[in-house]
Amino acid sequence: MSLDASWPLWEVFVRGKRGLNHVHVGSLHAADADMALHHARDLYTRRNEGVSIWVVRAADITASSPDEKDAFFAPSGDKVYRHPTFYAIPDDIPHI
Amino acid sequence: MAHEDENAYESLAVAAGGEERWAFGTGFDDPLAGVDTTVPAGVDVRALARECLGAGDDALILSQRLALWVSNAHELEDEVALANIALDLLGQARLLLTRAAQADPALRPAQAPGHVPDEDALAYWRDAEQFANVRLAELDDEHDFAKCIARLFVLTTWRLAVMARLVDSPDPVLAAIAAKAVTELSYHREYAAGWVIRLGDGTDLSHERMHEALAWAWFGHDELFEISDPDVRAEVSRVVEDVREAATLVRREQRCPVNSRSGRDGEHTEDLVTLLAEMQAVARANPEATW
Repeated sequence: MSLDASWPLWEVFVRGKRGLNHVHVGSLHAADADMALHHARDLYTRRNEGVSIWVVRAADITASSPDEKDAFFAPSGDKVYRHPTFYAIPDDIPHI
Repeated sequence: MAHEDENAYESLAVAAGGEERWAFGTGFDDPLAGVDTTVPAGVDVRALARECLGAGDDALILSQRLALWVSNAHELEDEVALANIALDLLGQARLLLTRAAQADPALRPAQAPGHVPDEDALAYWRDAEQFANVRLAELDDEHDFAKCIARLFVLTTWRLAVMARLVDSPDPVLAAIAAKAVTELSYHREYAAGWVIRLGDGTDLSHERMHEALAWAWFGHDELFEISDPDVRAEVSRVVEDVREAATLVRREQRCPVNSRSGRDGEHTEDLVTLLAEMQAVARANPEATW
């Protein structure tokens, strides 16, 4: 019987008590999703950081390539009008 | 919202009135906040003290056994998991030993220097025969992960059942400690049961190793049941059988010699003597040390 000795890599996202969205906090090794959640709880929320955890196999993430950085991101560098800075935001609109 | 901080943790930390320390975390709850620590009239203080001492010693000794896994586990992730559980139990032990000495000051060992807090006096200045933990907590697991998990599973299943009932204790401090312990132990049991099932229902080798380990941990079962209420026994038996079934592990009996005396009465194995020698050496050699 041959087994891959190492567990696959998982990426961990945690939402804080007052956070609105999950943020990437790090990665870990685990045999499956259930174990990954437990490990994430033990590694990344032990100082009372979070109220919700997502884990995703690192292999399942499709990332942009550093080689395409200019083609991907440079065109938005001079389009200042895409920022909503020309509008007055009413005081009672939160989370913008 | 500061979601673009260089350190992702900074956006997660909760401001908690100037108590923020990165290494310790933030926004913690004090389990005894708002609890009156005077022992209520009508409570048998000797019995309360014995109850707190036994539960405190169980947590302290199991915590020390788990701490021995730090730097020795098969994966960093499980090492931190075991260390977290050890720290949860140490927190329970500190509160329980402090309460035991409050209820019955005569428990404090005479040889402890006067400046040492009660919890440390009880942890570091008693000898093995004065400890009241159940023997299952003290057994040397010989760095066998299956044994570590089997013992953790049996003990936390039992302790969770006991603590869930102590939430209704007439002593408000013991009730508050038990309420905190219940949430912690629920996770400890889940972690341990998960590994019992994973190993039991794994490869032929892991199945056999888990089988042996559970038989080894079941050694202390009679002692646990001897000192428990019938409904605790029923709950523990049911949970253990459910997990055994999920883990495809059949029952294998091996009985602990009870002899009418239990760990609660100071009856212990050589393993506790060895454990205490290591745990107490520094505190006894340097009673003035601070860290």
